Amino acid sequence: MTTQEAAETGAIESPLVGGADPSTMHAGVYREKSRPRVLAETVLPPLVMGALIAGLWYSVSYGVLDERRRFLLRPPHQVIEVGFLDWDNFSEILSGLWSSTRVAMIGLAIAITIGFALATLMSQAKVVERAVFPFMVTLQAIPILAIVPLISFWFGTGQKSRVVVCVIISLFPIIVNTLFGLQSAERGMHDLFTLHRASRLTRLRKLMFPAAMPAIFAGLRISAGLSVIGAIVGDFFFGLGDVGIGQLLRKYANNLNGEQLLAAVIMSSALGVTVFLIFGWIQTAAIGKWHDTSDSGI
Amino acid sequence: MIFPDGTEALQDVSFSVDRGEFVTVVGPSGCGKSTLLKIASGLLENTAGHVSVDRERIGYVFQDATLLHWRTILSNVELFAELHGIAKDERRSLAQDAIDMVGLSGFEHHYPKSLSGGMRMRASLARTLTLQPPVFLFDEPFGAVDEITREHLNEETQQLFQREGFAGLFITHSISEAVFMSTRVLVMSARPGRIVAEFDIPFDYPRKPQLRFEAAFAELSGEVSAQLRGAHS
Repeated sequence: MTTQEAAETGAIESPLVGGADPSTMHAGVYREKSRPRVLAETVLPPLVMGALIAGLWYSVSYGVLDERRRFLLRPPHQVIEVGFLDWDNFSEILSGLWSSTRVAMIGLAIAITIGFALATLMSQAKVVERAVFPFMVTLQAIPILAIVPLISFWFGTGQKSRVVVCVIISLFPIIVNTLFGLQSAERGMHDLFTLHRASRLTRLRKLMFPAAMPAIFAGLRISAGLSVIGAIVGDFFFGLGDVGIGQLLRKYANNLNGEQLLAAVIMSSALGVTVFLIFGWIQTAAIGKWHDTSDSGI
Repeated sequence: MIFPDGTEALQDVSFSVDRGEFVTVVGPSGCGKSTLLKIASGLLENTAGHVSVDRERIGYVFQDATLLHWRTILSNVELFAELHGIAKDERRSLAQDAIDMVGLSGFEHHYPKSLSGGMRMRASLARTLTLQPPVFLFDEPFGAVDEITREHLNEETQQLFQREGFAGLFITHSISEAVFMSTRVLVMSARPGRIVAEFDIPFDYPRKPQLRFEAAFAELSGEVSAQLRGAHS
């Protein structure tokens, strides 16, 4: 952006004194760009990148791999034909995805409940924070693979264990972000509540929780993504009962179904993206009016 | 006042402010002015001496507007009445009156982020006015706004003082601000904070903006300035 452009498009701060007029509040003047140009600037780059990736994919499928080894990376159109357009195959993937989504949602709900409760307790008493925090970090540091045997020991190899993996994976960001958020209200704001003798509960409800919302949403977005990963990882290891996407990935790999394997991977990623977008949307709806997401990065 | 780390912030500070008095404390940065207000409000406990302030519905305006980002201006202004358990209808009308008084009508449903610094400060004043405080503490509230806005806010604060007749205690390091609004100016020295001079300001209220350019005003400001320089060295 040139300096001139910046001057033209930059918001003008309204230097208001005395008897201010509300209409001047929207003084941010932006020069509108033409529609085609906006379209070209926003839509074109990802399209070009996508085409490049597809080109690379084809060149590996047909150029690098010979006929016998082509199952390692099927070309895009075959993945679409076999994985997505063959309804039998695609519905299998969808039902697996749905099963894993349920696991992720249950796991996330449990993680949110535990996380909020712990973070709130920690925010109310420093001694609880000191007691609990080291163990949270320890729990977080355990590689999930290392406790898979233990989990199957205690919870079996079915749905319950998958949910447990989900909870363990997604709990930490919720606790840390919620706690950080609850502690983020400025000193001056706390002083206001002290001066007017607000009770502990009032302070929590009217000051600390609202102030924590941006951080809580940042944690939720991370945890929602992690819960999807947790559901798939859990499903991969614990195969009893419902067939989730993890079991399907394993099956396709064993049977050398390259097309379906890739389709399942793409759909898993689509699930993760969807969950991330949904939480972003909820965040904008809930706090977008007063919080600039772009300002603080959370 | 001695802090736990041994810093002696205030020493032998003694004065009183009655209703209908507007007392301003001027002093260099770090002289303990803010500490004085924190003690007066009860946010800090004094380590020695005696403090007597009517703290029921105390008014206290900070250096920052400290508006809650997630509340609209109207809802921010209602906060104190809310904390004091005043019924919804009543606090709404209290808030609306206060908003009108500081000239923010029309901005009730804006969020703080869309307001200028001066307007946020007005909202902060309005929030305190809803309590109709008998004691009004100001901790350098206009330090962060530009000169012209500050002069406007000084004139308005002076009008509010006249109308409400509270006991005002104002902290600043601006001499012109101090002399313009106050009935009395106290000059404080630094480390430890002590009151080194006291001036009665005789000008009649309401004070007009032009007062700032009159000879008597300049003379008085000069005397305060001389004392402040003495306190600084």
